[in-house]
Amino acid sequence: MTTGVALPAPSELELSRRAWRRSRSRRSTLVALLSTLLFAVVAYLVVTSAPGWPRVRTTFFSPSVAWRSLPTILSGLWLNLQVLLVGGVLVLVLGLLVAMVRTLRGPAFAPLRIVATAYVDLFRGIPLIIVLYLVGFGFPALGLQGVPTSPFILGTAAIVLTYSAYVAEVFRAGIESVHPSQRAAARSLGLTHRQSMRIVVLPQALRTVTPALLNDFVALQKDVGLISVLGAIDAVRSAQILVGQSFNFTPYVVAGLLFVLLAVPSARLADAVSARARRRQQSGNLL
Amino acid sequence: MNAPVLDVRGVVKAFGDNVVLRGVDLAVGEHEVVALIGGSGSGKSTLLRCASLLETVDDGQVLLDGEDITDTRIDADRVRRRMGVVFQAYNLFPHLSVLDNVTLAPTVVHGRTTTEARAEAHELLARIGLAEKAAEFPDRLSGGQQQRVAIVRALAVHPRVLLLDEITSALDPELVGEVLAVVREVASQGMTIVMATHEMGFARQVADTVAFLDGGVVLESGPPQQVLGDPVEPRTRQFLARVIDAGRL
Ligand SMILES: Nc1ncnc2c1ncn2[C@@H]1O[C@H](COP(=O)(O)OP(=O)(O)OP(=O)(O)O)[C@@H](O)[C@H]1O
Ligand SMILES: [Mg+2]
Repeated sequence: MTTGVALPAPSELELSRRAWRRSRSRRSTLVALLSTLLFAVVAYLVVTSAPGWPRVRTTFFSPSVAWRSLPTILSGLWLNLQVLLVGGVLVLVLGLLVAMVRTLRGPAFAPLRIVATAYVDLFRGIPLIIVLYLVGFGFPALGLQGVPTSPFILGTAAIVLTYSAYVAEVFRAGIESVHPSQRAAARSLGLTHRQSMRIVVLPQALRTVTPALLNDFVALQKDVGLISVLGAIDAVRSAQILVGQSFNFTPYVVAGLLFVLLAVPSARLADAVSARARRRQQSGNLL
Repeated sequence: MNAPVLDVRGVVKAFGDNVVLRGVDLAVGEHEVVALIGGSGSGKSTLLRCASLLETVDDGQVLLDGEDITDTRIDADRVRRRMGVVFQAYNLFPHLSVLDNVTLAPTVVHGRTTTEARAEAHELLARIGLAEKAAEFPDRLSGGQQQRVAIVRALAVHPRVLLLDEITSALDPELVGEVLAVVREVASQGMTIVMATHEMGFARQVADTVAFLDGGVVLESGPPQQVLGDPVEPRTRQFLARVIDAGRL
């Protein structure tokens, strides 16, 4: 807030402090820059002087192969993006639901709580790739009427099952971090359990867990590449096919780089959000 | 005397083996201000939490306007609407502005229109001198200001009884006065109040009745001059002597 009163001109002492801080920060930036540069040069020299480097360069880093494979891999990546968006939304919904069930109090809800806890324990424990195999190949093998066989749907389902278990725990931690008095205050105003969850507890919990959620989103972005094991023609699978045709591994590198590009904005966003949360909680700017 | 607004009859409450209330009786008449005193851990908060249906009782009854609110068939949410509660701390919702804190229950629970609720909230805030803080978020307010808003928020639903649980004990000494001044004004307007407190001086001035809770029962109750000035029970004397030693009387 502005007070409308101009600050008095800084004293000699304050000016010297500011100058010192400036020179300090200039020096640290310089040191960081130089050491990074030095490391990059050394790494480059070591790799390029290795006896196998010419072969590796043509089979992994061929610009012409990269350029030719790009359209195919990009269209595969579109499938990953769809899984990411649909899956991301479903994970948020299912995760929140499971978290709310796990935080229900009272003996009447014990069976529900047990189911939710068992679900979380199970799916946090199993490696995602095994869930993918079980869901992707097990479900269609049942031969039931109406069970989808598309690897897109089954792959998304497997990813949602696994990630919801993680995200449920994130949400639960957030819900439990809200001070119990807040719930008591809400209920004593006459709000129902639902109303106090929706209006009082969840908004506060969400604020706390947003950085952690974004972090999980970054992890999800690369794990959507695993649906390729079910035969879905996504970015990874397209690259694999191209590699099989040309015996050149460059398409893998291209797919990998595309995934990195996809992850960078969310990673920066996660940083920014947690920095903001830190600023809000901190009273001083020294620590 | 008229039928009491709040009538606590033989209330028992235990946490595991720890029997905190062993049969508490307390009748609070219309417009009456009752100060609940007692040592730390004597069960003042527990009693208020039982009365506001945040805890279930293990025996006995609590009646609000003659209705047994400890009946298992009762809709607890509906009962809580008729009471105002303020705790020691963490009352306000930090993600809502002061105004939204005050209008939340009137609009969401009592179905009043936003315009109506806001108009009344502004009026109430003005009365405690916080009109210009309506748009602020709670963390921009001092502890004393926060507690005053919490009182106003409880009043905004026009409760039958106001339950205050040591609302000044988390405050710096210089902020206690402004909060107690609000309680005093609310009391002078005829609100029925039950307040757990360590502020004996305030209890003496404002309360109509002082109830001393000890050993899980109301050991002694009566007008402040009697209970605080010339107590009958030795335990009450001991307690008051300790309070005087601590410099709180
Ligand atoms: N939720 C709970 N679970 C277990 N024990 C509890 C719980 N709440 C209170 N108690 C116990 O009940 C007893 C009374 O606590 P209570 O908070 O009612 O005391 P109090 O009179 O309000 O004390 P103070 O003046 O320190 O606030 C204490 O021994 C406390 O440990
Ligand atoms: Mg207490």
